[in-house]
Amino acid sequence: MTDPSHTSPTRARANPLRRTRRPLLPPDARSRAAHLLTAAAARGRFDLPCCRGCGRFVWPIPEACPDCLSEIATAPAPRGARVISITTAEMPADTYFRERAPWRVGLVTLDCGPQAIVHMHPDAVPGQDVRLTLMLDRAGQAVLHAAPKGAAMQADPQYREMTADPAARRVLITDARHLAALPLARALIQAGAHSVHLGVPEAWKPLPTRAAFEAIAGVRLVDLDITSDRSVTDLAADLAGKVEILVNTADLPRPGGLLGPAAQVQAREMSEVIAQGLMRLARAFGPAMAGRGADGPHGAAAWVNLLSVFGRATPPGWAGYGAAHAAALSLSQVLRAELGAGGVRLVTVLTGPTDDDWFQTLGAPRVTGPALANAILKALREGLEEVAVGDVALDLIARLEENPKAVERDLARGSLS
Amino acid sequence: MAGPRGYDGIVLAVPVTVPSVKNAPKSTQWWIGRALAGLAQGSGLSHKVFDGLSVASFSLAPDTTIGLTQHFGLSPRYIDFQPLGGMSGIAALRRAARAVQAGDAEIVACIGADANGPQSFRRSLENFSRSAQDAVYPYGAGGPNVNFSLIAQAFMAETGLTRADFGRIAVAQRGNGQLNPLALIKGALTLDAYLDARPIAPPIHLFDCVMPCAGAEAFLVLREETARAQGLPFVRLTASIERHNAFPADTVMLRGGWARDVDSLWAQAGVEPGAVDLVQTYDDYPFVSAMQFADLGFCDRKDLAEFIHGHDFGVAGSLPHNTSGGQLSCGQAGCAGGYLGLVESIRQLTGQAGARQVARARRALVSGFGMIVFDRGLGSGAAILEAA
Repeated sequence: MTDPSHTSPTRARANPLRRTRRPLLPPDARSRAAHLLTAAAARGRFDLPCCRGCGRFVWPIPEACPDCLSEIATAPAPRGARVISITTAEMPADTYFRERAPWRVGLVTLDCGPQAIVHMHPDAVPGQDVRLTLMLDRAGQAVLHAAPKGAAMQADPQYREMTADPAARRVLITDARHLAALPLARALIQAGAHSVHLGVPEAWKPLPTRAAFEAIAGVRLVDLDITSDRSVTDLAADLAGKVEILVNTADLPRPGGLLGPAAQVQAREMSEVIAQGLMRLARAFGPAMAGRGADGPHGAAAWVNLLSVFGRATPPGWAGYGAAHAAALSLSQVLRAELGAGGVRLVTVLTGPTDDDWFQTLGAPRVTGPALANAILKALREGLEEVAVGDVALDLIARLEENPKAVERDLARGSLS
Repeated sequence: MAGPRGYDGIVLAVPVTVPSVKNAPKSTQWWIGRALAGLAQGSGLSHKVFDGLSVASFSLAPDTTIGLTQHFGLSPRYIDFQPLGGMSGIAALRRAARAVQAGDAEIVACIGADANGPQSFRRSLENFSRSAQDAVYPYGAGGPNVNFSLIAQAFMAETGLTRADFGRIAVAQRGNGQLNPLALIKGALTLDAYLDARPIAPPIHLFDCVMPCAGAEAFLVLREETARAQGLPFVRLTASIERHNAFPADTVMLRGGWARDVDSLWAQAGVEPGAVDLVQTYDDYPFVSAMQFADLGFCDRKDLAEFIHGHDFGVAGSLPHNTSGGQLSCGQAGCAGGYLGLVESIRQLTGQAGARQVARARRALVSGFGMIVFDRGLGSGAAILEAA
């Protein structure tokens, strides 16, 4: 049974008389070259500007190497650094930092050579060796964060500000029938989430995991049919102003090529769930979440779209399914910009074929529910923006970056890998 | 390597200060216009006679110097634009001196000016430099306070200097500023008040910081015979240095570019540091003034504490320093702040400094320091001026 009295001790009730703090963003202007770092940070990689000619690492990113004037790319870099000095900005000029002051800033020498100004963990001291993370700040731009090795990252309010740790936050998972929903709900509660609501479409159908859900304190099942405007709006009326992390797991995998007799009907059904459903959710939940991006330490933080890698590269047997996910990916770009204005991160989790009946004809490896749950939790806690889960997805994305035509031909020949 | 050629016959005259205000609804062009008018009035010449115009400003966009020629009715044959912050005065002087020496211009009007409004300082920080945009401003380090606090902490660890040592410089400077009718901040400053000030980015506290303001400073560069013919009091330029990104391999700025060129400076001037009667350092932050005393040859870096406590930096003291009160009392009017020491030294060496006049002032050292775009101040310079 759900325990209705379950509340997290770490979350104070909001004072209804106080105005909700409007979201401000840290400075978001960057040079075009600096977005090479954005790409790395979005995926949790530690790539730094590096000279193509002499291999020297450089910071901040220049347009040519100060040693040999060769062009600059990014390359995986060692993550160590030594602290030179640390200060706290007590009176920052920028409005975002001013309302979050004091803000801890440090000067470090990177093990790979250059100096950098970094966001600094409270435990770090001058002279100490630290480990750097390249991460996205609230404006979605790449920044460096430094912490002593093994430090509790979420103990740093500045790190928390740049991530979407579920601790003390209220979560909505849109489809309890997805194979990732149960392990994800468990993982979120274990990570300290204040509550997890799960949408149940077509509640009259049996939900085999119902008892398992109801056994988790803090979890509540609610009616949600994301093909229905009415259903989405009804739930949003109750929850939109309370959800701080939304994980959209709604999916409808139906195999079939483009030339089959039912192709169009099936494509429309899948689109209703995967693409149109996302639009309904965005309209109903997006504005409230974007408005609460700075609502205290547990304000709205992230929206996760769990999508199929077939939206990036579509095998011939998955025409309508791939198209629906391609549409959802496209909508995700727009949703990222619109939620981003409120400091809320849009996370895209691309999965390979999952370990359920609808992908039965595809061989191993297939992605399990716990694997997806772990990936989503990691993305939230580390503030990632683009995640691929499973060998098929990772492999397809790597090959797409290398040679998209080769991927197209391989898929046409019936080979996923 | 042979040293630079001398500046024989090159002089500075007509020190002009357009009184600063904290915020003003005036454009930068307005401040430059007032400075030009001051130069014309002070020299007794029509501004149209100035055949050189050198302007330093951060807030002149979308104009540069060329647009100002038509704006103000000048037809110069030498123009220069130097938005170099604290280096702009020294840099303008060096270029103008060579232009006049070579005959490319006869009289160069050098003007540093910037406007300021309630939000303009923050806006200028947002667009200060590519490096700041990519790698400083996103860290809450908008503005120089955080950058300089990171440097100050390393400098204090290296030298053993304390805030109380820097406070001695700040307190003496405020004493000088109280004698300057154009200073913006004239309240008495005690060492206790300095030490107890509100933290801005420790170890930087309130009285380490300059106040952004609007204002303009200007002078003329011309030949000695031109100045004499016009009956203008003048000072001679006897030596100067300039260096940018002097020590790229230093991990943190424990020294400025002066340390690289200091021997050239004194060799060209033909004197030792002890032979100057007053020193005007570029003073955004007293610790940077302390750094300059060492880098410019007044003492060894390890002896700085002894040096600071061995001198009285007041106008009547053993080493008058920042005799106008410096930016810590006059405010920092953008690039005009880089002109402050030069304009004040012309006044002192021509006996026009009023209540803060240094007795028997014959020789002044003026330094410039500008542009922290990432982790260190890039530009450093200095000039030695002598009374006629």
